[in-house]
Amino acid sequence: MSDDPLLDVRDLKTQFHTDDGTVRAVDGISFDVDRGETVCIVGESGSGKSVTSESITRIIPIPPGEIADGEVIFDGQDLTEMSTDQLRKIRGNRIAHVFQNPQGALNPVYTVGKQIIEAIRIHKDVSKQEAREQTIDLLDRVGIPEAGKRIDDYPYEFSGGMKQRVVIAMALSCQPDLLIADEPTTALDVTIQAQILRLLGDLQDEFGMSIIFVTHDLGVVAEIADRVVVMYAGKVMERGDVYRIFENPAHPYTKALLRCRPGQGSQREAIRGSLPSMIDPPDGCRFAPRCPHAVEDCRDGDQPPMMEAEHPGHEVSCIFYQDGFDSTQLDSGPEGLSASEARTDGGESR
Amino acid sequence: MSADAPLLEVRNLKKHYPIQRGIFGGEVGRIRAVDGVSFSVERGETLGLVGESGCGKSTAATTMLRLEEPTDGDVLFDGVDITEYDDRELKRFRRRAQMIFQDPTSSFDPRMSIGESVAEPLRIHGMSDGNRRRAIVKDLLERVGMSGDDIDRYPHEFSGGQKQRIALARALSVNPDLIVADEPASALDVSIQADILQLISDLQEEFGLGVVFISHDLGVIRDIADNVAVMYLGEIVETGPTEQVFDSPQHPYTRALIDSIPSPNPRERGMAVELTGDVPSPANPPSGCRFHTRCPEVIQPEGYDFEQSAWRSVMNFRTKVTTRQIDLDGIREFVIAETDVTDPEDVTHDQMVDAIRSDFDIPDTLSDPEAESVLSDALERVVRDEFDEASASLAEAFETVCATDSPDMVRTEAGHSASCHLHDQSVEVEPGERIAQSDD
Repeated sequence: MSDDPLLDVRDLKTQFHTDDGTVRAVDGISFDVDRGETVCIVGESGSGKSVTSESITRIIPIPPGEIADGEVIFDGQDLTEMSTDQLRKIRGNRIAHVFQNPQGALNPVYTVGKQIIEAIRIHKDVSKQEAREQTIDLLDRVGIPEAGKRIDDYPYEFSGGMKQRVVIAMALSCQPDLLIADEPTTALDVTIQAQILRLLGDLQDEFGMSIIFVTHDLGVVAEIADRVVVMYAGKVMERGDVYRIFENPAHPYTKALLRCRPGQGSQREAIRGSLPSMIDPPDGCRFAPRCPHAVEDCRDGDQPPMMEAEHPGHEVSCIFYQDGFDSTQLDSGPEGLSASEARTDGGESR
Repeated sequence: MSADAPLLEVRNLKKHYPIQRGIFGGEVGRIRAVDGVSFSVERGETLGLVGESGCGKSTAATTMLRLEEPTDGDVLFDGVDITEYDDRELKRFRRRAQMIFQDPTSSFDPRMSIGESVAEPLRIHGMSDGNRRRAIVKDLLERVGMSGDDIDRYPHEFSGGQKQRIALARALSVNPDLIVADEPASALDVSIQADILQLISDLQEEFGLGVVFISHDLGVIRDIADNVAVMYLGEIVETGPTEQVFDSPQHPYTRALIDSIPSPNPRERGMAVELTGDVPSPANPPSGCRFHTRCPEVIQPEGYDFEQSAWRSVMNFRTKVTTRQIDLDGIREFVIAETDVTDPEDVTHDQMVDAIRSDFDIPDTLSDPEAESVLSDALERVVRDEFDEASASLAEAFETVCATDSPDMVRTEAGHSASCHLHDQSVEVEPGERIAQSDD
């Protein structure tokens, strides 16, 4: 399978040219997505996860945005080389997006049916009546009760969770090969979130599509991901199978993210400091200024290359996994020591 | 001012918003945002108020501080009823009770330096000496982990987490006894949430504050609250010590909420019980127990033998029949979309019945033959557009206490309180009738 992934993102760089300088929102990231697979991109706000997902179909505002470098190979074709017209045939058809705010994705002055029918008829040559029947079928499949009646309702007549179902139905209308969902459940209550996550899983089984799911919530990742890409400040920190990420997290940032989840009582630990400037990012590992284990070498040169951690397919960008370093030192810190003690510990170990 | 009284005691608090129509603004209904909640907060205690959006948490907060006038009920602060206060007394009360909001950006004036913002409550409450104000503000900023030199900087120079720290400093400036925090960590990144929560509990300990902490995030509530009250549609359905409520939830709604938190263990995925539907409108709350329209453990009528999931589906159907929310033309169109039939005239009754059954996830035949005959009769009537008859026969045959009687708040075996008919002595519930999740 890995020989021919559906999507292969290689060394992607997306920048925004602003008055204050060039913001390197995505700074050379690579990952791939197999057919029928769910890949989660996880990170804090400002890590570049949304820009990554929007760069795939180039829906970032250009200018000020620019895809400065890299390739996005989708089913054998490089999307970065395509003209806007060619890309438009793929957007909404073979690659569909679902966003955080369903309100913003629906036009308030048209019925939901009209909007989905329009989406179908842009890409497929079918009659209005056929498109309407397909729409009712879709609304039913995403779990909207009485689809035949609700098709003629306006967006305001739906609750937040139901609106997100409508948006998902619209995204599925052309049976895409890849669904890109950017925080689709973040604006919803936990009980509704559970419904939507289950729905996405069921639809994936039914349609066999691949999903890129962007989120900051590790609980959601554990619920749906096959593989995980952990991003920080425009770089990939770690990527691998979901079980490895949760059971043997390799990068200090991933470990810190797992420790700051709510619901752990006194075990819970914040990550000190804040995200670095993306105009003038720090030398070395982007996470080094906040890392409890950082040593002098971490602050030198460029982001360390992806190294294999223990298992094939589980890769990490941290110098502790390079020759001459001992990655087991990363385990000693935060369990028993406070962050400041761990820092001195890391300093001496060099 | 009795010393024994809790710091804050809320009794049967109600806040209804009238729905007005016509040129004379006649009242045609009311939104029962908060509908009779009672709780108390001691000095040094944190009470967590948790529930889905729209359940009335924030209205409860603003009403108990009289930022909005309550419709009914008492709010005793130090044993004195604040709903009786006149303007002067109210202003004095405002000094002792402070509020922190979710969005730290909109709670600061962008044109005021943070020093001015933090000092504003002091000025309002009569501290006219500018130098002393400045000294107090510097001290406060340091206590919340900022630097005293930040005093002349402006809100846009700070991150969200820092602004929330400054908001805390402002709340503390007038030495309050009570802080009401409405989702104070929800707008922050998870990586810094823990810091703000820690700061709130440190300050609480230092100043002996009572804290009402409102959040939709059960994880956050579990971390910070001593006691927790779970709200649903304007009512408190369960309340007790945090650990007890989380370890042994007694109300099906609490169980469902806790179950819905995605577990950070990929090997436990898909274990959650799914709660169907959305929160009903507080303008027209369901009869009996307000949760019965979504409750996975809704009590079965006597004399029938259902699968619990089939019973839940039948209840969903019954609710929609009663409110006439089944659209026959829509279903007909759905059948046309799903099958080869093209003419609406050609859609058969059986096809309609099957479509309704699948829409509500009702099995083709119920395991109980008697129940099946009631149901298929009702389905037949619905297809013939005889909603009232269908509704009457369903209500008569499938009467459940959950839909008819409002449950009382009772002390459960676990030691804390919940309002659910499953804990009703007068209703006999065999252990087997509850679904598996309730056993833990």
